[in-house]
Formats: sequence, structure tokens, C-alpha cells
Amino acid sequence: MAQVVNNGVNVEALLAAREALKDTPAAGEFTWRATCKWLNGTHARSSVQGFHGLGAEQSHKTEFSFDTDHPEVFASEDKGATPVELVLVGLASCLTAGVAAVAQNRGIQLRSVEARLEGKMNIAGILGVDGDVRNGYENIKVTFHVDADASKKDIEALVAQSQKRSAVFDIITNPTNVTVEVV
Amino acid sequence: MSRVLSEHGIDHVVLERGEVANAWRQERWDSLRLLTPNWLSRLPGHAYQGCDPDGFMDLPQVIEFIEGFALASAAPVRTRTAVSEVRRIEDGYRILSDGGEIRCRALVLATGANNAARVPDLQRALPPSVQSVPAFNYRSPKQLPSGGVLVVGASATGVQLADEIHRAGLPVTLCVGEHVRLPRIYRGLDSLWWMEHSGVWNQRYDEIEDLQRARRLPSPQLVGTRERLTRDLNALSAAGVELVGKLAAVRDGRALFSGGLANQFALADLKLERLLDTFDTWARERGWEAQVGPVERFAPTRVPSSTRLSLDLGSGEISTVLWATGYRPDYRWLQVPVINHKGELRHEGGVVTESPGLYALGLPLLRRRKSTFINGAEADARELAQHLVGYLAGRSGMAMSRLGR
Repeated sequence: MAQVVNNGVNVEALLAAREALKDTPAAGEFTWRATCKWLNGTHARSSVQGFHGLGAEQSHKTEFSFDTDHPEVFASEDKGATPVELVLVGLASCLTAGVAAVAQNRGIQLRSVEARLEGKMNIAGILGVDGDVRNGYENIKVTFHVDADASKKDIEALVAQSQKRSAVFDIITNPTNVTVEVV
Repeated sequence: MSRVLSEHGIDHVVLERGEVANAWRQERWDSLRLLTPNWLSRLPGHAYQGCDPDGFMDLPQVIEFIEGFALASAAPVRTRTAVSEVRRIEDGYRILSDGGEIRCRALVLATGANNAARVPDLQRALPPSVQSVPAFNYRSPKQLPSGGVLVVGASATGVQLADEIHRAGLPVTLCVGEHVRLPRIYRGLDSLWWMEHSGVWNQRYDEIEDLQRARRLPSPQLVGTRERLTRDLNALSAAGVELVGKLAAVRDGRALFSGGLANQFALADLKLERLLDTFDTWARERGWEAQVGPVERFAPTRVPSSTRLSLDLGSGEISTVLWATGYRPDYRWLQVPVINHKGELRHEGGVVTESPGLYALGLPLLRRRKSTFINGAEADARELAQHLVGYLAGRSGMAMSRLGR
């Protein structure tokens, strides 16, 4: 009698994984990877394929490739989106996937979800013009449009929960250690 | 538990390392008041008899209340009897204490979950110019050096201390992570009246979906004041306390705060809303509408137009970092392998099933949401005593299933 909610997320598998990890937390150790090759100017091509998890080397079904570049207003060739835009993509996609997973878990049928992001940046930072201006975003604003079988409060709760459990939200809002070495 | 065991005629002793009500005497700050109204101070056969049932007892009154209960119950307490070791022996437990060795057939751990401060490792990265004070060691603003105070944690302790220190004239910056928002008064009645009557407080541990998470919830941001004020984050920021995100790291002498503060506010506001919906539904269904005030909702927690993401701890702005980051139990003396890798006792509603005859009281959500509150002790004690009595009579396996609701 109850309508079956299907947002396409296999929540049972996620919950089972959660249970399994409670007993063996080490099994949750994952290493994600990306490789980047310079092409010309500010144009580079990054690829993602292998990763490590569940105690073994894993691989995506195919290699995913990302061209990045700067736009013409930066006197560049615009052969790809900028790295900072890819960060917005990372945040948007992580939060959006999270909304779907939480909605599935809570029995809420989604009809459409769209996130729009805006990151404010003053390039005086990256151009080294002003030491008081940071390189990165001053702030990031995310606006969600969600059409779902749920009240406004329930939808707000979905989006709040998605942030709470989002990897990229954490990476961006909290400090993350980055070490760079040259071999 | 002692009172209940006496009613059952079970021979027992209560070991107390200090005086009766030791933790209240030694391990709380001077100005503390209960965050539960006095009418909720109920122990078996011993209720608040004063003239301010809607008020909140201060420390001396709490100590007197508990002492009074011990006397009235003629509880067999051995004071100044610290326990240094508990071990399993063939038909029970062997205790090494200041009063010598004691052997018993059953043992109830009533030491609580707040024996020591829980301070994050990043405390070690603080510059030496800054004083590091766990809330456990805090007594009053007078003990703090002049200068700004960074209060880490917005639980009940965090907001109370941030409020007190700010009113004492020291600038306060409060780091806010996950927190539980609760107004003091809702529709004219104390929030805890609602928690008690609506049944939320009576929710059992075996009815809760994510018990581990529920047991780790921060304490609600309630304060006991004469005026029955709500000292929530909006009140604190209006008074001049600076709110920043959760303390995420200390790097090169700089405190780094999370940029996710707005989401923490949203999560707490949404959770409060769900709780108030539960209260309203209960009031409507049980016919309380006429006796309570109109439905109300509270302003969302205000997000500052710009929140600091970092603070230079070496600049002189901050003199003290006050850690309101929680407490933990100390089970070093318990030489029975019933402690998990996180230092928590493994138990099933207060029954330590892995070690027959061993019980616990007063742990978060031990059996009900109200298990750690004064008024929650009796029901837990009665149920566990029933199990204990059955165990002593040699029916331990069957007694479990007879634990009534």
C-alpha cells in the first residue's frame, strides 16, 4: 500500500556497509587518486581510474578524464573549466548525491534536484597583488531547488543532513593536511 | 539503587571515595544550578519540599538534597572509601578499597560517565602563552587571567560558562559544533515538563534506532536561572559573545574554525522544530490545548554576516582556552574486560551481560532518555534491582526476560 520510494540509491547496501564497519573500522580506509599531466600553458589533463579500498586495489570501470584551463579573460585558451570551478563541481555533486541518499533512507521520493553554486573570489589574492586577500574563495553559496514528495521542513532537513555527511563539504569547510613533495 | 535494594532486603554497601554527593562538591563550578526545575528532583520517597518548585537548585541545595536522601534512606554508605580495583572472582567480585578488601556477589557501578574531562589532542598545539582549562577544572571567572576566552563547545556546560564569563567582563569567543537547542519555556511551561509528560524522556533504549548516536548527543543548551531565561546562541550573540565554527585545528599558533557553522545552526534549529512538533501533537491528542499557551516557534539561529575562520592564539587576544568538550568515564580500576575500544562500558540497558552480577546506573540513555537526570534514577534502579534480585536467587537467565516495562 505504501508507495515505494525509488531515488536510485541502494540504501540497504550502504546501511549494511555501515554495520560491517562498526566492527572492523580499518576496512573503511580508502585512498582516492588523481593524476595530472601538463599539456600547454594553463591547460592540463587529469585522470582518475584506480583507488584503494576494502583492503584491495580497485578500479573504476573506465578512466575518467578532466581537461582544465583558464578562460580567455585570463589571457588563456579556455580548453577546460578552471580548477576552482571543479571544486564547486565537487561540492555540488557531493551534496546532491547526499540529498538522494538521505531522501532514499528517509522514504522521500525526489522528482528533481538542482544545485546552483557561486564562489566569490578576489583575484588580487592569486595574482599576489594584496597579501591580505586570500587565494581561495571568500565564501561559497549553494542554492538548492528540490521538488519532492515532502514538506519544506523535511526538504530543508534533507539538505542539512547531506552537508553533515558530505566529504567535500568537510574538505572545504575544515582544514585538511596537504603535503607536496618533488621526486 | 541502595534505597531500592533495602526495600528488597538485599544486604549491601555503598562505597563513596569522598563524602556523600562527592561529585557535586568537588567537580562542579561554583555558580552551578541544576538545569532541571526543582519539581523534577524526585528520588524514591524523597522529593523537593521547598517553596520554589519551578526554580533551579544551586550547588549547596543539591548537596543538601542528596545528603537528606541518604539520611532518610539510612543508606549504608562508607565514605572516604575509594576503590582501587574491582576483579571478578568465582562467585562474584573482589574489591580493593581504602576500607580494605570487600567481596560481593553483585556489583552496581554508579560512578557515572563524567569522571574526567575529554579534551581533544589538538590541545597540545596551543602556544604556551595561552592557559588551557578543561571545564572539569573550572570553578569561577575569578580564576581566569584577564583577556579573551575561547570557549570550545556549545553544550549545556559551554553555553553556561560562556555566558557567565562574558558577564564577568571577559570577551568570549564560542566555538560551536554539533549542539542541541531547547528553549527554557515552551507554551508557558518548562521544556522539561514537556519532555517528561509527552513521553520523549521515557523513550527506551531499545526503541531508539541509532542508540550509539543518541547516547553521544551533547547536553541540551539549558540553564537554570531565577528568571527562567533561555540562554541560547541567539541570546549569547545578542549579548556580545562571538560565535565561530567548531575548532578544527591549531596550526602554527592559529586556531582554525570550521566554515560549516551555518549548517550546525540549521541542524539544531530543525531538530528543535521536530521536537516541538512532537510536543504539539501530544498536547493536541491528549487534550492539553486549553491548559498550555499558544503554539510558538523560535527565530532561527542567526548566522553572523561574516564569521572568523581563524584566530591568532599568540596575538594576546586570547588568554584562556576553556574546553567544554565533554567528559568521559574512568574505568581504570575496573579489571573486568567489559570496556570497549572507546573506553565505554558494554552493557544492555544497564545489565553488563558479559559479566553476570555487574550492573551500571546513570550512564547516558542507560535505559531511557532520562537515565542521566535525577528523576530518571528511580525507574532504572527499580528495574535493574529486579534483575539483580533474580540473579542472586540463581535465575539470571530467566530474570532478563522478566524485566518489565
